[in-house]
Amino acid sequence: MADIVLDKVSKSFPDGTVAVQDVDLEIADGEFVILVGPSGCGKSTTLNMIAGLEDISSGELRIGGQRVNDKAPRDRDIAMVFQSYALYPNMTVRENMAFPLKLAKLDKETIDAKVDEAAKVLELTPLLDRKPANLSGGQRQRVAMGRAIVRQPKAFLMDEPLSNLDAKLRVQMRTVVSRLQKQLGTTTVYVTHDQTEAMTLGDRVVIMRGGAIQQVGPPQELYDHPRNLFVAGFIGSPSMNFLHAAVDDGTLRTAVGDVPIGDRIRRELEAGDAPRELILGIRPEHFEDAELVDDDTRRRGAEFTAPVDIVESMGSDKYVYFTLEGERASAAELEELAADAGADFSGGGASLVTRLSAESTVREGEDRRVWFNLEKIHLFDPSTGRNLTLHEGRSSGALAD
Amino acid sequence: MSGKLSENKKAERKLGWLLCAPAALVMVLVTAYPIGYSIWLSLQRYDLRFPDERKFIGLENYATVLTNEFWWTAFGVTMLITVVTVAVELVLGMGLALIMHRTLVGRGIVRTAALIPYGIVTVVAAFSWRYAWTPGTGYLANLFGDGAPLTERASSLAIIMLAEIWKTTPFMALLLMAGLALVPEDLLKAASTDGATAWQRFTKVMLPVMKPAILVALLFRTLDAFRVFDNIYVLTAGGNETSSVSMLAYNNLIRGLNLGIGSTMSVLIFLTVAVIAFVFVKLFGTAAPGSDDGERR
Amino acid sequence: MADTTTRAKLRWGLLDVIVVVFALVPVLWIASLSFKTPATLTDGRFWPREWTLDNYRSIFDTDQFVRALVNSIGIALIATLVAVVLGAMAAYAISRLDFPGKKLLVGVSLLIAMFPQVSLVSPLFEIERQLGLFDTWPGLILPYITFALPLAIYTLSAFFKQIPWDLEKAAKMDGATQGQAFRRVIAPLAAPGLFTTAILVFIFCWNDFLFAITLTSTERARTVPVALSFFTGESQFEDPTGAICAAAVVITVPIIAFVLFFQRRIVSGLTSGAVKG
Repeated sequence: MADIVLDKVSKSFPDGTVAVQDVDLEIADGEFVILVGPSGCGKSTTLNMIAGLEDISSGELRIGGQRVNDKAPRDRDIAMVFQSYALYPNMTVRENMAFPLKLAKLDKETIDAKVDEAAKVLELTPLLDRKPANLSGGQRQRVAMGRAIVRQPKAFLMDEPLSNLDAKLRVQMRTVVSRLQKQLGTTTVYVTHDQTEAMTLGDRVVIMRGGAIQQVGPPQELYDHPRNLFVAGFIGSPSMNFLHAAVDDGTLRTAVGDVPIGDRIRRELEAGDAPRELILGIRPEHFEDAELVDDDTRRRGAEFTAPVDIVESMGSDKYVYFTLEGERASAAELEELAADAGADFSGGGASLVTRLSAESTVREGEDRRVWFNLEKIHLFDPSTGRNLTLHEGRSSGALAD
Repeated sequence: MSGKLSENKKAERKLGWLLCAPAALVMVLVTAYPIGYSIWLSLQRYDLRFPDERKFIGLENYATVLTNEFWWTAFGVTMLITVVTVAVELVLGMGLALIMHRTLVGRGIVRTAALIPYGIVTVVAAFSWRYAWTPGTGYLANLFGDGAPLTERASSLAIIMLAEIWKTTPFMALLLMAGLALVPEDLLKAASTDGATAWQRFTKVMLPVMKPAILVALLFRTLDAFRVFDNIYVLTAGGNETSSVSMLAYNNLIRGLNLGIGSTMSVLIFLTVAVIAFVFVKLFGTAAPGSDDGERR
Repeated sequence: MADTTTRAKLRWGLLDVIVVVFALVPVLWIASLSFKTPATLTDGRFWPREWTLDNYRSIFDTDQFVRALVNSIGIALIATLVAVVLGAMAAYAISRLDFPGKKLLVGVSLLIAMFPQVSLVSPLFEIERQLGLFDTWPGLILPYITFALPLAIYTLSAFFKQIPWDLEKAAKMDGATQGQAFRRVIAPLAAPGLFTTAILVFIFCWNDFLFAITLTSTERARTVPVALSFFTGESQFEDPTGAICAAAVVITVPIIAFVLFFQRRIVSGLTSGAVKG
């Protein structure tokens, strides 16, 4: 067991590309940290550097207080679970799990005992004599986990370990991973591009983009108080709505009507170099069917009317899509996120995703009056992506004084 | 920092070179040097029976060969054999590939059987064909009435081509089968539901996908067919004007011991093959296996 | 429904039979000849009326054939071993490492695969005479290695590219050294590819006639295909047909054995080398 410290760690390639830049990260002993971001953000490279599979170009990596930059993977005493599972096809499940112990030259009884114990934990006992080719995807995944836990390493590194499983199994294995990590209390670094995994699994989440850390924090904090446009757009499903907002005489003119702004934001916008155009962000659950809002709540928000495009009833609530007139918000971050999600960004007009109560009688094709919560609004500077509503790390909506 | 990286890079390069060096060295030493040497020899009068008369004569050997009717007859024979066998092999090979790929019964047996002609020693097969057509001995000798088929030019050439086709169709078929395996099954199903007949599925769906594999197979077989030697040696020994260029070069060297003329022919054959390969690559855009285009397929 | 599949199966079955007959008849014919007695050799029938093993006895009695067989086996085995080892080194570098000149090597081996071997006959004849390699084992082994290398490199790099190299990383994470990772994880996976390649290369060397007939002059290095064409029988007046056929069958047996036992591997080796390069 050990803590892992990345001190200004960078990775650059001979052709000049920088995969990871000045990453500072302290992972406490026993902590479960998730590295998340779109493909090419440097999360896997970071993991491989911790593993020792890739050289560190600059900076220092310490495991358990000891500098390990120049140590071979075998001398770092950490285990890794690969996306492809990387099970040795010529060995049985038992031999796969025993392999690291054999290399560590443990005696046969100890090896057998440890393998049996790990197999019991992961319910692999009946499969021990099979070859990987005769296992299902979920079983292979568990063998890969077993091979990692069997030698009780200082830390686990997991590189998208669940991404090859089907959706249902992935949810199941998520809880297995989570329970296992709590049981063993081993420091774990987990790479994923799936933000649901990131939200549900980790003690802390590290969001990366373009080789740099965007924000580090507990999942809920990232969700409620995103530091910038990228984090706001990346976390949450369906993702936050972004609308173009023009600053005009103390209010914001948007496709959902005029939005008043509080004193603190106003002061910030009155500075000389302040942007005249902003991006307004609202999460889907901060909308409600105006008919269902009581007066007390109504006062804390604003309302608008828009044509209903599609209604998706989820049972517990309704996802309602509206088409809005006016410009769609644009920023480099948003395009990157759209590209990562595989979304086509070229439709006309802006659209809005809302999550309304199941009781709402909303129907497709009608115009509907919708309320939204002004206290939950985020405002972003389109050029820097900075969240202007964030104050001392907390977001307090557009109205904050 | 970047220095360390390039250290790694350097080590990787060095290892790469080190690992490739022996193979590259052998290949270059045994081909490049001799071909250079043979150009040098082709510019000399050099007959091993009269070694004293060895001297540099420029392009005289080329003039001798290129004005010699035996050379042009052999060249014509080689071209004929190449064109006919490759064309027939393409058709038969495609059929065989389809059978090996799609047959509902006995796939293993067909593939095993098809590999026998590929694996068997050419000389052995050639003897089998020779005895098959030998009057009195062979089961095929009287197929087209009396007479000795291997003593007449046209029938001799036909038998040579038959032997070549028998021996190399399986190889062609295997290369084509590799191409067939690249045709997605869903594509064929989609074409079926779109109303394509079996023939349309073959020409409109399979052939376009297989085109690179077909071109590679054609290139390899054409160059290989141009080297035809073993079958002719055993079947006719080049009699009745059935010599190929390889046969002629061999005769000049071993029987005639004329190194100058033999080398001239070597160079001319080399150039012809180079031209054929060039035409394939330029005209048809054949992607060489191992090139990046090949990998992306 | 069942009717159409039965009919389809029959149709395929018929095609299968045609292929099998077409492939086997020349082989069966030469085998049949090898079992015929001298008296019935010229009866023109496909199957022997009287069976005899005399032809086999006679060839194994002559030094001519036994020497040639030893030469064939020795030369093909050594050439195969060297070509596979050198080919594996190069193929590993090509499929796993990044270094300048890689494309050049691939290009050169492609050129050699297309090279007209007869073009080398004259210069090699002269060079080997000068170096004293003419009519020796190395004199044949060298050109065999050369022309087998492209085949070996292509087939092996196709195999190597299929090995999941994540396993190497996994082994390192599991505490293996570079050497252990190779020995215990990668080598067992590469073995089938090496074996397949060895079979293909052996068939190539075993088959050669052109080099063998030009670069040898005596029994010292003459291989079976060449010896066959020089068979004269024990006396001037004896017909060598039976002996030739028996010898032909002997050198065909190993090929048939390879094909029967390793059909799947040979097919995958030939096709993967051809397509994936």
